Amino acid sequence: MLQRARVMTSELLNRMSGVDMSALLRSWTLTVFGIIAFVLLWELGASRIDTALGKFPGPQQVWSQTQSLYDDHVREQERRQDFYERQDQRNAERLAANPDAEVQFRDYTGRPTFLDQVKTSLITVAFGFTLAMLVAIPLGIVCGLSNTMYSVVNPVVQVFKPVSPLAWLPLVTMVVSALYVTESPLVSKAFLTSAITVALCCLWPTVINTTVGVASVDKDLINVSRVIQLPALQHVRKIVLPSAIPMIFTGMRLSLATGWMVLIAAEMLAQSPGLGKFIWDEFQNGSSDSLGRIMVAVLAIGLIGFLLDKLMLLLQRRMSWDKTTALR
Amino acid sequence: MRSYLELSNVSIEFTSKNSTFRALDKVNLHVNKGEFVSLIGHSGCGKSTVLNIVAGLYQATEGGVILEGKEIDAPGPDRAVVFQNHALLPWLTVYQNVELAVAQVFKGKRSPSEIRDWILHNLDLVHMTHAMDKYPHEISGGMKQRVGIARGLAMEPKVLLMDEPFGALDALTRAHLQDEVMRIHASLNNTVIMITHDVDEAVLLSDKIVMMTVGPNARIGNILDVALPRPRDRLAMANDTQYNHYRQEVLKFLYGGHSQRELAA
Ligand SMILES: Nc1ncnc2c1ncn2[C@@H]1O[C@H](COP(=O)(O)OP(=O)(O)OP(=O)(O)O)[C@@H](O)[C@H]1O
Ligand SMILES: [Mg+2]
Repeated sequence: MLQRARVMTSELLNRMSGVDMSALLRSWTLTVFGIIAFVLLWELGASRIDTALGKFPGPQQVWSQTQSLYDDHVREQERRQDFYERQDQRNAERLAANPDAEVQFRDYTGRPTFLDQVKTSLITVAFGFTLAMLVAIPLGIVCGLSNTMYSVVNPVVQVFKPVSPLAWLPLVTMVVSALYVTESPLVSKAFLTSAITVALCCLWPTVINTTVGVASVDKDLINVSRVIQLPALQHVRKIVLPSAIPMIFTGMRLSLATGWMVLIAAEMLAQSPGLGKFIWDEFQNGSSDSLGRIMVAVLAIGLIGFLLDKLMLLLQRRMSWDKTTALR
Repeated sequence: MRSYLELSNVSIEFTSKNSTFRALDKVNLHVNKGEFVSLIGHSGCGKSTVLNIVAGLYQATEGGVILEGKEIDAPGPDRAVVFQNHALLPWLTVYQNVELAVAQVFKGKRSPSEIRDWILHNLDLVHMTHAMDKYPHEISGGMKQRVGIARGLAMEPKVLLMDEPFGALDALTRAHLQDEVMRIHASLNNTVIMITHDVDEAVLLSDKIVMMTVGPNARIGNILDVALPRPRDRLAMANDTQYNHYRQEVLKFLYGGHSQRELAA
């Protein structure tokens, strides 16, 4: 009886998910095992490393720092809310006493918390990445379609591809301060500098992969298009782009991963707000909690990078016709 | 008298870095309207090249092709091609694959509902309506080839060009599709040029078998008119003396040294 029920549930689960449940279970078990093994090794190793700022942070310390960072964030938010409430109240009172009184609205200027920095970094990378894609994908398509354009662009790509973001940074900083002068800036200069540096480094993988994808469309499919006399734009839309989509996404995933790595380094060097700055500040701060907090940031960077990649993968599954290739 | 399709002194040279390769040398061929013509010859002799020149996908170095009195210089839907490995777009369903061609070819000439009916009619001709919403990777090799044929037929070409349409199929599927092609040809009476490696296929389907010599400098070695009455039944043919005579002729050409001797001449 029990067994039959079990068989029935497993059958039901199979039908519901359409995947082999036992394989899924196995892969999850292995994942959990991997994490446990890592934490144990970490604990073992950490207790043996002494630094000027105390022992290397182990899992427990990192966990307690995570909580404290979160508490900081909650406290800071309460303060911010109090500040605005008090300001509103003061202004209301003043207006009640004298309708012509000039009231002031000030922004709250507290220290950005860890979560604020995460948010800043995410917005920066999203902006820089989008900017890069708006250039890289059309450029890649043009290079893939035309040998002439490829010969023109390729040398430039090959030379700039290996350039480290840190080499770009001073130039970008100077150019942004020179050109970006407005009365009421929509975004800060630091933000723009980081985003542009990210964009410069994300460009290349997408340009290269898009070019290859577009250039390697199956010859038979191109012949089909010639026989039915598809106009050039339709040819690109209906034949070339769908063929190249898997390669374009491969490029985009590489770009996003590069961009996220570059961003942290750029923020550290340029002291612009974000996770990089958080790490640098903690390092300079040098309290007994610092190493633990840096370790929290390191893990957060890794986790976010992983999630960003998963997000791209999800998008790729949505957009690509090629569901048969194993997407890793 | 002018024939429907005419290849006159067609030669082609492929130029690589430091050498030129003359694949075809003065190929002459006349095809009448409604005729079913097979091209047969050893691998690499230049059959696909001939077909691609007629399709307009390759340009002849010398000579030219004339279809209904007009010279061919570019690909077009009046010479639909059925490719050897089906060439279906993997991101489109069976229906959409045929639609891509039909919508382009009859753009502005037929209404959307007429286009839809026409697509369905052609899928029905090859018995593929039941799988019209499947993707190419979800159907068998024979089914893909049938969709390729439907796409070709749906363009209402003056000449249907087929490059080893059954080459990659097993014997049973192949026989089945050959019967279907014969049936369609009998009802539509369209002009067809088909490449094949298979002697039986050539004799069973064709009005005319064009035998090519081995390359380079390949040319047409012999042309055999097949005067078997239609409809032809593959079972009855097996014991037909005339059928076996044609079969012998082609085999003699291919393996009896004719194809080579032509080269030396
Ligand atoms: N685009 C090309 N560039 C250079 N050489 C080519 C090209 N296309 C064909 N050839 C050469 O022309 C010759 C004939 O090729 P073709 O593909 O027409 O042979 P085929 O008779 O169709 O062979 P198969 O039966 O194997 O398909 C071959 O030697 C081939 O190498
Ligand atoms: Mg061939």
